[in-house]
Formats: sequence, C-alpha cells, structure tokens
Amino acid sequence: MYRYDEFDAAFVAARVEQFRGQVARRLAGDLTEDQFRPHRLMNGLYLQLHAYMLRIAVPYGALSSRQMRKLAEIARKYDRGYGHFTTPQNLQFNWPALKDAPDILAELASVEMHAIQTSGNCIRNVTADHYAGVAADEIADPRPYAEILRQWSSLHPEFSFLPRKFKIAVNGAAHDRAVIQAHDIGLQLVRNDKGELGFAVYVGGGLGRTPLIGRKVREFLPERDLLAYADAILRVYNLEGRRDNKHKARIKILLHEKGLEGVRDAVEAEFAAHDRTGLVLPPEEIARINAYFAPPPLEAKKPVSDRVERRRGNDAKFSKFFESNVTPHKTPGYAIVTVSLKPIGGVPGDASADQMDAVADLAEDYSHDEARVSHEQNLILPHVALDDLNAVYDRLASVGLATPNAGLISDIIACPGLDYCALATARSIPIAQRLSERFGDGARARAIGPLKIKISGCINACGHHHVGHIGVLGLERAGEETYQVTLGGSGDENAAIGQIVGPGFSSENIVEAVETVVETYMAQRQGPHEDFLAAFRRVGIAPFKETLYERSAGADI
Amino acid sequence: MSEIVTANRLADGVVVFQDARGGWAEDFARAAVHADAAALQAALGEAAEAVARALIVDPYAIEVVLRNGRYAPKALREAIRASGPTVRRDLGKQAEGQAPVFAHNASVESPYVSL
Repeated sequence: MYRYDEFDAAFVAARVEQFRGQVARRLAGDLTEDQFRPHRLMNGLYLQLHAYMLRIAVPYGALSSRQMRKLAEIARKYDRGYGHFTTPQNLQFNWPALKDAPDILAELASVEMHAIQTSGNCIRNVTADHYAGVAADEIADPRPYAEILRQWSSLHPEFSFLPRKFKIAVNGAAHDRAVIQAHDIGLQLVRNDKGELGFAVYVGGGLGRTPLIGRKVREFLPERDLLAYADAILRVYNLEGRRDNKHKARIKILLHEKGLEGVRDAVEAEFAAHDRTGLVLPPEEIARINAYFAPPPLEAKKPVSDRVERRRGNDAKFSKFFESNVTPHKTPGYAIVTVSLKPIGGVPGDASADQMDAVADLAEDYSHDEARVSHEQNLILPHVALDDLNAVYDRLASVGLATPNAGLISDIIACPGLDYCALATARSIPIAQRLSERFGDGARARAIGPLKIKISGCINACGHHHVGHIGVLGLERAGEETYQVTLGGSGDENAAIGQIVGPGFSSENIVEAVETVVETYMAQRQGPHEDFLAAFRRVGIAPFKETLYERSAGADI
Repeated sequence: MSEIVTANRLADGVVVFQDARGGWAEDFARAAVHADAAALQAALGEAAEAVARALIVDPYAIEVVLRNGRYAPKALREAIRASGPTVRRDLGKQAEGQAPVFAHNASVESPYVSL
C-alpha cells in the first residue's frame, strides 16, 4: 500500500489544524454558515437529515488493518458504533458532531487518511477496481495511477472550483469492475501493439439527472502523459463547462452539447498548445509509486485445497459461500474473498465497529494486512490462501459477515435514501431489505444467477440505479414514495443506461414488480447459462412491459 | 395550516424544534405550533436571531397535522427527521421515546410493509 511521505503527512496535518481553526471560528459565531459551508464540505462534512455526516476518502478502496481499526474506533468514540460504505469507495459516519470533527480528522491523519475532496466542486476520491493487483484478468495494476492522480489533484489550485464535482476511475483488467464509463474521466489500462502500457480515455460519463455513458476520446494515451492529458481535459472543462445551471454543469453536458469530436478536438488542441513538461511522468517516478503496490510475497501453491474441497462436500453453507464469494487470485493457491455487507434483510453497506475490527483482524492474519472497499458496498480480502478459507469463513460467520450472495440478486446497492439523506425523495434501504428478504441467498437466488439490483432514493443516483440490471429510483409524488423501474443497465465494459419500463410503483407494490421482472426473465431465458442482462438484450423490454402492465393489474400511478 | 419551526443545532447537528419560549428542544412534542402567519413570522424572526448567535443552523417552517389529538409532521421527510431512520429504530429521537406519531403513512411505523 501507499505510505505517506513527510510531505503528505505534513500536508494532511496542516489541513486538520486549518479546519480546527475554521470550526472554532464557526462555533464562536465569527463565521456565518454561508462562509463556513464551503470549508466543511471541502473536508467531507455535510449536514444531513438527523445530524452532520462525515464522508471519509478510502483512496481507490484500499485499507490496511490499522486504518480499518481506526475507523472502528472512531465509530465507537465519536459516532453510533457503525459506518456506511458507499459507491464511491468512501466510508460515511452518520452522526458526528461538528465540534468533534477536527479531532476525528486528526485521528484519521494518524493512520494516513482524510476527508479532503470528498465533497465540493473539485476532483473527488479517485476510484479503482477492487480486485486491483490480484485479478487474474489484469493488464496492469490501476492503483499506482490512481495514487498519482490523487497526489496531483489534491488541493490543485486550478481545479478546486470547477463548474461541478469531477470523478475519475481507473480500471486495470479486461473486465470493468470500476464502472469507468459512468465517470467524468474513465481510464482503462491497455497495451498497444508494441506492448507499451497506456490508457484508453473515456470522458463524459455520469449518472444523476442526465445519465450518459462516457465516450472514448483517446484509444491509447501513453502512461507518461496521464497527468498532462488529464490536465488538458480539466482545463477545457473548467473553461467551457457551464456555470449558469447546476444541473447542466458536469462535463457530460459539455460533451453532449459540443459532441465527441468537439470535445476531443478541444482537448487535443489544449494538450498540444501548452508545454506540460512538468506534468510528464518520469519512468522512475512511476516505478517509485508502483513499488508501494508491489504484490506481497505469495508462494504459489496447489490450485485446489484438499481441506476446502472436503468441507465443500459436507457443509452446504460453506459451499454456497465458496461458489459466490470466492474468486480466483492470479497466484495459484490463493483466493479473493468478498465479504458481503448485504445480510438478508440488513442495510446495504453498513458495518458495525465490531465487524470492522473483525475484518481488520482477518486482513492482518490472512490477507497480508490488506482489505478493500468495493463500489458495490462490500469489503474484499484480496490475498487469502485457499488453505485458510475454512478459518476465514468461520470467523466471518461468527460476526454475521458470511452471507453467500456476492453478485447475486440480494447483493443490492442502495444509497442511504430518505432514512438519512437531505437530498433524498424516497427511502431506498427498506426496499433493498424487502427485496433481499424476498429473494434471499439460497436456491432461488442461485437459480436466478448473476443479477445486479441498484436502488437510488433520488435523481442524483448515488445508488447507480441507471446501470443496474434492474434499477429502482425512489421519487415522491403527491407526498407518497413512488418507485420507477429501469431495466438493462450495465456498469461494465459494455456499459448501458437502463430503460424506464413504464409508470412507477408504490412502496407497497415495488417488490412485487421486481418479482414480476424476475419471473419474466426466468420464463424468457434460454437456459441457466443466459443471465438476466444477456436475456434482456436478446428479447428487449417488451415482454417485461407486458407482464408488468398488461397482464397484471398494472402500475399504481 | 399549522406550522412549527425546526433547525439543526450548530455544534452537533441534532434536529431541534423551537418551543413556546423561543428555546430549542430536541423533542418534537415540545415544538410551539403556530396557526397563523404572523405568529410564524415572529417565530422565524427569533430563529434568525438564534442563527446569528451561532446556536442553530438552517431554520425553516414545516407543516404539522393533528393525529389522534397530537401534532405530527405532515411530510414523510420531516416525520423521519423528527424520529430517526426507519431502518434503525435504535437510533435517533425514536430511541429516546421522542418520535411523534407518524401522520404520513402507516408503512413508516415498520421498516417493512407486509405484502
């Protein structure tokens, strides 16, 4: 993992003390809320429905055991004993006091963490594939590039007051697990025909009110030009992005209005017009950052563990866990373990302080001190020896973290919604709870196969509903919660925005509507090998419309 | 239309309600209910002073309705704000017996709606 150098440590410590002064002046009445708000937002502190909310950056989702334990400690000491992991690979505390925020940030700084740029119109926490460095299908590790971007973008004076927020994601494998095409800049690591490493660059993806899939502006960007090209994109956006209308201020709207060619030409012209020698990445600097992410010394082992195979034969629960939550590691004899934060009937993404400590211990004992946060609101133990799986499973089960549903229908992304969020128009967590109870993690969920349900409680789409195979968007109509369903969305390398199936459903009927969608898929599919998305792409939306609105009583609204 | 004035306490963000003496109570039951526009304007004026004194932040009026003889917020958002997350009954005001009776929607009483 990356370790702070002296500059990083001094920078974050100075930032904590700066915020401490700002909070003191606010509490003393020397700053008004209008004056203070931009400062607290730039330090990740929001005011939500019930209290303040602190959003802590987990850069590219990577956490050491020490960091995870610190999060647990903060949860106990300053919050209500739990935290909420979110789609931008952050952790949110829902109940911190403003007067405690500087102390919390100081505690975070002591483990090389902060909340800088988790809000505001700046470059946000850079995200990456949660299987970075361990995926068998990886072209190159995305984390060093995410770290380079993080360092470059932190408090960047030119890009701290952009028209709107700006999100960058980096993916290093053939399969996109970082939803890069839904980001302002999506970077896909590729090799050209000479075998050189570089990036395919996507620009203008984004969800929210106007969902758009990113467009490729560069087939191959040499790795040395990563910052120079990002600088050119940001400069074009900073100059030309709209500031007259918050809802039209993201770079996706600029791309939509100017067209792919227009944006590409402007970026390439900007890239060529200025000497960016100072931003060219020297090979030795790339090597220096790469060294922080060197794989742990794993000794290749037998690709099959006898003790795991024996247990699979006589422990059905373990066998289910193995099938859904264990992914092959690039080193034979090791596995990537997904720790589901989606207990049946539970709150997606929530982890208690005790659970965080348990994962920290497991990471330390079995995963070379590493854990990850996925954008799907789960945790990952990236380097588990197959022979240790039995022990890891037992310890996860003892703290309620062995739900065998990764990638299945009950592995639902849901934003906090109206239970916590000041922007929400409807609740999303209760819908996720009811859906997970309906479909569970047993034989039925397994028969349905891979299916991603994503739920947002408002049009801002923190729950990524547009790219859910089944998306659910909570809205408010005449004082009542209502839920719009989209089908066929996808956040992978074949990204697509889901299609609205028709009029929305009441809170009471939304679970039944999703059930109807699933039953329609099961009736339409050519066999268990054809997953929901494949079947949807083959048959289209018509059969789903028919079963939802024509054969049944139809929507409520 | 009956309204009350609510805000968040500056130092810790806790949801508060303006009481009959112009103070700020954590319990919705202590909120002063205003039936006419003049009284509400006066209350909002006092709230602005509390903002200036750095006691509270973002005050605003919400509509309340009578339900079984007791007032409750009309909007679901405000009902949740006055009570706590519907998915965590052990947290927020409801955990301290301060939740108003929900006027909005029976489904809020339970995190699950039985189908």
